[in-house]
Amino acid sequence: MSQEVNVGISDMKIVTSPEGLISYALGSCVGICITDKVLKIAGMAHIMLPYNKNEDKANIFKYADTGIAEMVKKMEMMGCLRSRMVAKIAGGAKMFEIKSNSTIGNIGERNVLATKETLQNLKIKLVATDTGENYGRTIIFDSNTGNLTIKSFAKNIKVI
Amino acid sequence: MELNEIHIDILKEIGNIGAGNAATSLSQMLSKRIDMNVPEVSLLDYENVINSIGGAENIVVGILVSFEGEIEGVILFLLKKEFVHMILNSLLGTELHGFEDISEMEMSALSEIGNIMVSSYVNSISSLTNMAIDITVPSLNIDMSGALLDAVTAEFSEAADRVIFIREKYFCQEETIYSHMLLLPSMSSLEILLRKFGMEI
Repeated sequence: MSQEVNVGISDMKIVTSPEGLISYALGSCVGICITDKVLKIAGMAHIMLPYNKNEDKANIFKYADTGIAEMVKKMEMMGCLRSRMVAKIAGGAKMFEIKSNSTIGNIGERNVLATKETLQNLKIKLVATDTGENYGRTIIFDSNTGNLTIKSFAKNIKVI
Repeated sequence: MELNEIHIDILKEIGNIGAGNAATSLSQMLSKRIDMNVPEVSLLDYENVINSIGGAENIVVGILVSFEGEIEGVILFLLKKEFVHMILNSLLGTELHGFEDISEMEMSALSEIGNIMVSSYVNSISSLTNMAIDITVPSLNIDMSGALLDAVTAEFSEAADRVIFIREKYFCQEETIYSHMLLLPSMSSLEILLRKFGMEI
């Protein structure tokens, strides 16, 4: 990998080989990495919330549903084929155990569920996941190999 | 609801009083004289908070407490390594080399300190406004600041992605250390709070 393009929170980037993609310190956020291995084009989205339902037009990459759909559309415009696309996802941790009487659930888990549902609706195969638990993840996606490297605090580096 | 300069001034004043009480508690617990400056209170988005605490991958201690009652929301207390070292050294006489080696004993000491500081903070708001506010048992995690923060803002930030960020500067003997506190009241609670101070919303 010659260089890595940074993907911020609620953002999305698409690169071609040999460029890579990186996103720092995902907690309950989910990083969705999609590649077309024939064209060696890779996309990464860093979503924060599960569903937008097209209500927030200004921040489509903040949400799993609209963020992933837009990334796939942009990749198709570059010649990628839905049938060749595979996805890897990481993140969706539960960073704090909070005991309150509020009805709010686990946002990380809900982000992962929304991500999986969106990929399924778009008919994109999910080939690897590293989600949940209670720690943050920095993720690096290699557009050439399709490898997703995950770095966490006080843990070994993982490649999926 | 859009926050204006006057609202921010009120929040600064609340932040200031709370911080004073928190510093007094800290000073008593550590049996050390601790002085402080007027805290900086600002409304920041995710990126700016991250920059203020040393970048997304900086390892910090995060202590999350939720408050309920007449107003509700959460407070996230973020402690950088220098602050943690000073506390643990004063309380337990231990030297903190890195967060990787932190013990259960040190973790529970930190959790307790966080709890007491947040309590004195909330109590000052409570008595100032004459409202009943309860806080929950704190939840502690040590991780990359970006990861601790995204979880809290995603779950609790209703106020247009911005949080009330309170940075306090303490002077303890020869050292200057900072603590960082993020206040995330629910939108309706923020309105109640400002009305208590005579603000028209």
